[in-house]
Amino acid sequence: MSELLAVEGLQKYFPVTRGLIFQKEVAQVKAVDGVDFTVNAGETLGVVGESGCGKSTMARCIARLLEPTAGKIVFDGRDITHLDRNAMRPIRRDMMMVFQDPYASLNARKRVGGIVGEPLEVHGIGTDEERKRRVQELLEIVGLNPEHYNRFPHEFSGGQRQRIGIARALAVNPKLIICDEPVSALDVSVQAQILNLLKDLQADFDLTYIFIAHDLNVVRHISDRVMVMYLGKPVETGSKEELYAEPKHPYSGALLSAVPIADPTLGRARRQIVLTGDVPSPINPPAACRFHPRCPRFVDGKCNVDEPLLTPVPGAKDHGYACHFPLEHWPMDEDDFRRVGGMVPATPAATSSE
Amino acid sequence: MALLEVTDLVTRFRTDDGIVQAVSGVSFSLDRGQTLGVVGESGSGKSVTFLTVMGLVDPRHADVTGSVRFDGNELLGASFSTLRKIRGQRIGMIFQDPMTSLNPVKRIGWQLEEAVLIHNDVSRSEARRRSLEVLDEVEIPRADARIDDYPHQFSGGMRQRVMIAMALINQPDLLIADEPTTALDVTTQAQILRLMKKLQDEHGTAIVMITHDLGVVAELADDAAVMYGGRIVEEAKVQDLFAQPEMPYTWGLLGSLPRADITAARLEQIPGQPPSLLRPPNGCAFNPRCAYAFDRCRAELPELRPSPTSGEHRFRCHLDDADRLRIWTAKKAELTSTEGTAA
Ligand SMILES: Nc1ncnc2c1ncn2[C@@H]1O[C@H](COP(=O)(O)OP(=O)(O)OP(=O)(O)O)[C@@H](O)[C@H]1O
Ligand SMILES: Nc1ncnc2c1ncn2[C@@H]1O[C@H](COP(=O)(O)OP(=O)(O)OP(=O)(O)O)[C@@H](O)[C@H]1O
Ligand code: SF4
Ligand SMILES: [Mg+2]
Ligand SMILES: [Mg+2]
Repeated sequence: MSELLAVEGLQKYFPVTRGLIFQKEVAQVKAVDGVDFTVNAGETLGVVGESGCGKSTMARCIARLLEPTAGKIVFDGRDITHLDRNAMRPIRRDMMMVFQDPYASLNARKRVGGIVGEPLEVHGIGTDEERKRRVQELLEIVGLNPEHYNRFPHEFSGGQRQRIGIARALAVNPKLIICDEPVSALDVSVQAQILNLLKDLQADFDLTYIFIAHDLNVVRHISDRVMVMYLGKPVETGSKEELYAEPKHPYSGALLSAVPIADPTLGRARRQIVLTGDVPSPINPPAACRFHPRCPRFVDGKCNVDEPLLTPVPGAKDHGYACHFPLEHWPMDEDDFRRVGGMVPATPAATSSE
Repeated sequence: MALLEVTDLVTRFRTDDGIVQAVSGVSFSLDRGQTLGVVGESGSGKSVTFLTVMGLVDPRHADVTGSVRFDGNELLGASFSTLRKIRGQRIGMIFQDPMTSLNPVKRIGWQLEEAVLIHNDVSRSEARRRSLEVLDEVEIPRADARIDDYPHQFSGGMRQRVMIAMALINQPDLLIADEPTTALDVTTQAQILRLMKKLQDEHGTAIVMITHDLGVVAELADDAAVMYGGRIVEEAKVQDLFAQPEMPYTWGLLGSLPRADITAARLEQIPGQPPSLLRPPNGCAFNPRCAYAFDRCRAELPELRPSPTSGEHRFRCHLDDADRLRIWTAKKAELTSTEGTAA
């Protein structure tokens, strides 16, 4: 399989300013702070992580809707990191985005037909008549009624609006679709339709997806590989089989244990690994391992001193984690979770930072 | 007396294409300290039902009939000032679309302070103190540094938490939460749900939780209502709903969940499209998509009737008891076997 996208050392910092007239930069939000990964043509990379950890920002940088602060983005063999608007134009056709917020992302003054057909228009594809037919076909593909062609977004429910966004992204047959929580707003039966649809389209058109979502069951279903992010950085990557069966990073473990279970008895009996402590700020991220203030396995003198690097799991094809004290097995109960290599980390082990 | 008692609620929108009947005779009641989970098809009228309850549908475009009694007072047709007093103070609402309910040109802190000042006779600095406190409570990191940010500077999940803060700031008796955690990661979701639970335990707050996440309903709700085509099609204690769902749409919902124990390439999906509310189908609204529909389903709207095992468990379906039991038993066996739904 060939590599469609390679991201290296991607960073995006936002300035925090004070003052109304003379805006003074007082700090920086380090929304994305060193992300590396590749996506092969035809595969789906799932991205999960804490709300606010930089997933949408990363997606917007890749689609060049935001200017990256540092790093390199290679798409289809071409370095697009600093291409200007004109040079980006033909590339935008191959790289579409489905946005998280179906309310904010649709132009409220445009009719559905115009919204879905916009990419066709921008890229000058087809005659008016052909475009209309294509749009109606797309509406049908995503489970809307062609009779919705002339309606406005506010007349639709949340789920229906998200389908409009998906129809729009499909319009120009892109190579890569970056889906930023495309099914979060959908009910499960429509979600099932959309997930099946995305899989069918992938098989038919050799599409590649980056799929950002909070629902770990959805991510498992759709992805080939998964990347877990925490505060602007990946903390674990792996094939979905590896990552779900044997999470190594404590944050991945906590995530997996927090998935709600659609069974009142099992769900309420389940013992979650509860994360305590404040969610840290990307303005001033914690030193060394960024997860350390909330990590149940934290070892003083190590986790807050040495930054753990992405380490491959021995014997695994494609599984890596950034942690000094990875989970030894899975599933784990809470006591086990706290016990690093059989020791209780509260009594700091021999961990002078070498 | 129930805290909230809704009877025969009907909401019709007048649109260019005709009348859209978004809510068609919804009734339910909710006691203090209880949680009602509302699930259902996208477009089935969940949001509109509760916007109508709050008096938030625009009378220039919509007709509303029925009754909404909150703590003994009728809200439908109540004066604007009565509604304003109740909204935001006694009833908090978390809207599905944070971006349209936060003012994009006002700082987050200012908006929270206003929510306090409208309903309480306190100083601006006291309002600011409470705003910071509640932002901390919903775990906005470095709330003190970010309270003067604009909404677009927050991530989707952070905006959602601001909405939650806004709804909680006056400690309401009833909290209506429309998809409050869909934009959040599961660990933050767990925290928010715990926060809502805490509020409920401390103040006896009643909660309406509208969500697509059946897991959230399973873990949090006492009662659950399933909506389809503008009506409640099934309602029950949450345990009963998951153990013994009584009608085909609910079966479809439970079947389309991506699950840890099923690795099939395709998810089961309910065939066909949701009903057009402009031209709703005759009979049972689900009949065009239902694998078990027969003539009566196409002719006659099924009443909401009690299940054979519990009077509190009610559903709309013409299938008889034996058929429903047989179908669900087979379906359940299929869902729980690991081979599961075939590709
Ligand atoms: N325009 C901006 N100005 C300042 N800060 C920003 C801006 N856009 C995003 N941020 C900050 O960057 C961080 C990452 O935001 P981002 O939207 O990428 O998170 P996310 O992972 O997509 O979260 P969610 O799951 O909640 O959608 C957040 O702290 C956010 O407040
Ligand atoms: N202002 C409006 N004008 C016309 N139709 C509307 C209006 N608001 C909502 N509707 C229609 O009413 C129906 C119910 O919408 P509602 O938003 O209640 O759905 P929902 O169950 O909350 O769906 P979702 O799960 O997708 O949020 C939908 O078909 C929608 O298109
Ligand atoms: S490095 Fe330490 S603090 Fe970070 S995740 Fe691993 S055990 Fe926890
Ligand atoms: Mg996001
Ligand atoms: Mg809704």
